[in-house]
Amino acid sequence: MAGIEAAGLVKVYRSRRGQARALDGVDLTVDEGSVLGLLGPNGAGKTTCVRILATLLRADAGSARVGGLDISREAQQVRRLIGLSGQYAAIDENLTGRENLWMFGRLYQLPSAEARRRADELLGRFDLEDAADRVSKTYSGGMRRRLDLASALIGRPRLLFLDEPTTGLDPRSRLAMWEVIRNQVAEGVTVLLTTQYLEEADELADTIAVVDRGRIIARGTAAQLKRQVGGERIEIVVRDPGDMGRATALLGPDGGVTVDEHERRLTVAAQGGAQQLVDVVRDLGDEGIAVADVGLRRPTLDDVFLELTGHGAEEPLPERVAT
Amino acid sequence: MSAVRVVATDGGIVAWRNLKRIPRIPELAIFAILQSIMFVLLFAYVFGGAIPLPGGGSYKEYLMPGIFIQTLGFGSITTAIGMADDLQKGLIDRFRSLPMARSAVLSGRTVSDLIYNACLLVVLMATGLAVGWRVHNGIGDFLAAVALMLGFTLAMLWIGVLLGLLVPSVEVAQQLGFLVIFPLTFVSNAFVPIQTLPSVLQTFAEWNPFSALVSACRELFGNPNPFAAGTYPGEHSIVLSVIWIVVLLVVFAPVAVHRYQAIDR
Repeated sequence: MAGIEAAGLVKVYRSRRGQARALDGVDLTVDEGSVLGLLGPNGAGKTTCVRILATLLRADAGSARVGGLDISREAQQVRRLIGLSGQYAAIDENLTGRENLWMFGRLYQLPSAEARRRADELLGRFDLEDAADRVSKTYSGGMRRRLDLASALIGRPRLLFLDEPTTGLDPRSRLAMWEVIRNQVAEGVTVLLTTQYLEEADELADTIAVVDRGRIIARGTAAQLKRQVGGERIEIVVRDPGDMGRATALLGPDGGVTVDEHERRLTVAAQGGAQQLVDVVRDLGDEGIAVADVGLRRPTLDDVFLELTGHGAEEPLPERVAT
Repeated sequence: MSAVRVVATDGGIVAWRNLKRIPRIPELAIFAILQSIMFVLLFAYVFGGAIPLPGGGSYKEYLMPGIFIQTLGFGSITTAIGMADDLQKGLIDRFRSLPMARSAVLSGRTVSDLIYNACLLVVLMATGLAVGWRVHNGIGDFLAAVALMLGFTLAMLWIGVLLGLLVPSVEVAQQLGFLVIFPLTFVSNAFVPIQTLPSVLQTFAEWNPFSALVSACRELFGNPNPFAAGTYPGEHSIVLSVIWIVVLLVVFAPVAVHRYQAIDR
């Protein structure tokens, strides 16, 4: 049985300046108990997709079932199954952490005593016990996110929607957040997660769907996507522009080298990984070519985008709207 | 749990969290009260002496019903700010993702802000008594005045809800609210007898809902009410107040509810 099934989702935002197709026919399936990562830049339509599936937004076309229930006809029943944690911590700043969790638990229709018990449990699990009775306005960014995620989990949802759960977090908070998400998955929760980071999708998701301009342009595991963009690559910056020609020949005798004249940067796919890098560095030394920088670079979201769409992830698109 | 109980419980929980905000940000209530007290002192002791009332009577007694209505009118801005804040912080989204009564966000807001404004009214009445305002009629008239003021609060509150749902930010809610409420309170009979106004403004002031409410309260409290004689709105201020409250509610409450339900578009 599928955790989430969506077919042909379309959402058009209309404003005075015209209309923008935020979603342009999105199909997706998330198997029960698995994690789907929606990967894409700002404005690609990730948030719109999550908002529709979490019953916050009505799609203009298409249909979806969440936990086997129709999102438009059985929205209230869907809400009993889901937890949502958004890009911005949606907590009541004037309530304490404990009060927030109790309130959301009550509104999830838990009895008061159970809401209190569940709040205590989550405060402990999310390392918020010491701050539990402080007004959440005083919390750090990481603490707010944890409280937000705890709020999403208060009703023990079977399905979890996480919209950029780690954007803006420091590295330590990010690792802690990943751990929490993994624990949910271990408990059998189905997760739909959006992210701008290939690394994050790689860490957490069983399958990844790459979103661009309201469409899903690629699907697969992280390994499949990386293979598609050529895996790791070696990047070299030579010191002397005069060495560019010799270095290019050395790096890719059969071609395949991307040359950036201005930056004196050469990039080539490295199927051989670290060993190939060692070989290249040795050859450059033997040839007496001085390098300013050298390294093995893993594909980033930008590489995936360049490969799949021909434009970078950060390239501004005229029809893009904030979602 | 029955559907009716869910509606009541969820509305109550939302009202509870709205009211929690008051002791947690005490500045808000304190400034609202101080601002009103400042107006009382300013008009009672600074401007009041220069404002002769046609037909005589105590200016302080004349003033207080104006202050009550002004403060309750400004209360709608507090409501707008609260709604706008919840909307922008994503709290409304969270509420809408929960299996709670769909009406709870608005019903909870209505209940909490009515309670808040009623508390402000009590503080202002005490202030009024301290500067020499008195109630001269019976308890029945007094309660009728209180009922009118709470009805007015309810009507203004729905205007605040709608405003809060329409504006792009809390700051705009504040500025826009001020822009609407300020002329309504000052081009009315709240502080000055409107006989002194130029004729266009005088017509506006006569039919201004704030004037009707202020005049009705003066009438019911037995305070000086020079507006009462000679004009149609002046002579029927109590009936007009009820009509205004009903009209504002009938117009703004459904529009606000519709607007709230259309968030998912």
